[in-house]
Amino acid sequence: MLEDAKMLTFARTALKNLFSRPATVGYPYEPAKFPQRMRGHIEIQTENCIRCGLCMRSCPPGAIRVDKAAGTWTINRFDCIQCGSCAGACPKKCLSLVPGYTEPDYQKKEEVFYLPEKAPAAKPAQTAAKPAETAVSP
Amino acid sequence: MAKRSIIPFGPQHPVLPEPVHLDLVLEDETVVGAIPSIGYIHRGLEKLVEKKDFKQYVYVAERVCGICSCGHGMGYCEAVEQVMEIEVPARARYLRTIWMEMSRVHSHLLWLGLLADAMGFESLFMESWRLREKILDMFDATTGGRIIFSVNCVGGTLKDMDRDMLAGICRAADEIEQEIHPVMETFLRDYSVQSRLKGLGVLKKDDAVLLGAVGPMLRASGEAYDVRMLGYEAYGDLDVEPVTAQDGDCYSRCRVRLYEILQSLRLIRQAAEKIPDGEIAVPVKGNPKGEYFARIEQPRGEAIYYVKGNGTKNLDRFRLRTPTTSNIPPMVELLKGCQLADVPLIILTIDPCISCTER
Ligand code: SF4
Ligand code: SF4
Repeated sequence: MLEDAKMLTFARTALKNLFSRPATVGYPYEPAKFPQRMRGHIEIQTENCIRCGLCMRSCPPGAIRVDKAAGTWTINRFDCIQCGSCAGACPKKCLSLVPGYTEPDYQKKEEVFYLPEKAPAAKPAQTAAKPAETAVSP
Repeated sequence: MAKRSIIPFGPQHPVLPEPVHLDLVLEDETVVGAIPSIGYIHRGLEKLVEKKDFKQYVYVAERVCGICSCGHGMGYCEAVEQVMEIEVPARARYLRTIWMEMSRVHSHLLWLGLLADAMGFESLFMESWRLREKILDMFDATTGGRIIFSVNCVGGTLKDMDRDMLAGICRAADEIEQEIHPVMETFLRDYSVQSRLKGLGVLKKDDAVLLGAVGPMLRASGEAYDVRMLGYEAYGDLDVEPVTAQDGDCYSRCRVRLYEILQSLRLIRQAAEKIPDGEIAVPVKGNPKGEYFARIEQPRGEAIYYVKGNGTKNLDRFRLRTPTTSNIPPMVELLKGCQLADVPLIILTIDPCISCTER
């Protein structure tokens, strides 16, 4: 039944692998390389946001909350599934998916971004784009 | 007659990547009956169509399964597109086909690794998964995800591939084709592998058809049936020939999957060559009203997507019949008469995906 069977067919490959460089990256000692398109996490440019709330409505797991009155844009990164639906829905293109994973944590935290006043003031963009506060979700 | 005893098998078992439970009826070491039960990972994803709008649901559909995610998103989109009578641009159809074939390669390589692992052939297992990494890296570069791609949308695709990416995919396909040779040689010719797989769990052609086997399971029994022959997406423009084997045993199922990898690599190159320029998506207006059954060939076999829309943004019903659902009856049949020690291997060769099955 096993007429054309051979012995030790894999020995060469196994030996070659034993003496060649590892196929894996030695993370965390070596940095992980992310491709440009990687859907890592959502970033917002708060200065362009018009508080329309379309991102909130398009998000399948409901990870985003836009509070028009308080002027905040909140994301629960632990609920986010990196689908990119919000980035596609945003009329001002202020959301983008950028490479790099978010950090693990032992609690589900929300990240709150304060949106600038409606008439955009001449604020430096960098400080506005930083997360202003992290709050623990209930 | 020997005394009968019942041995519970699973839901946790070293060879099972996913939970399925079987009550094995044994006479000494021989299995005379098997009663399967599932229900350990039901997530109620079909019900979610009532909560999420039909465009958002694409992201839910592709999360039904980690391995067939591209196909689930695509099958769902295709069903909705047919209901809404949307003509998908040619480029998007080709892109979907390329990603779908890449999925097949990575699914089969994953399965080959699991099979090697089930036989205790660890170096072969690692080598299969090393090859799979090349495809995953290409997925990462082209879609932004290694397992969940989020590239399908109703009306086309969300991402395009430029010339460099297509060339990169073809390069990866060439590399895999070269490097898979020792792996194929081992799976097909090695004495230990053959003595483990040959003649084990034989499914005759008539039984396979009668019991509704699909995919590589059906083709390994000699029935040349492949849903890709229907020519959905871009398959109509490519040469798809079902890969078949005659014996219907575990060895044949392994053989069919190995040759399907080569076939998929060929299809990827063909599609990358023929892909036309143009739009990747058309705008979608309105809501679906009506119903449609879409069929596609997933790596594990034929999957059916049923969609019923009522003219609102939420669908009335979405139903997904996965390949494993159809392959469970033949699997139960195969188990009758085998030895207890062969049960894990036979279950593995149907490539069960229980998460998909339970949704
Ligand atoms: S990427 Fe998807 S899940 Fe994450 S916030 Fe945007 S829409 Fe929500
Ligand atoms: S969709 Fe864009 S502009 Fe509208 S609230 Fe969200 S981030 Fe702001």
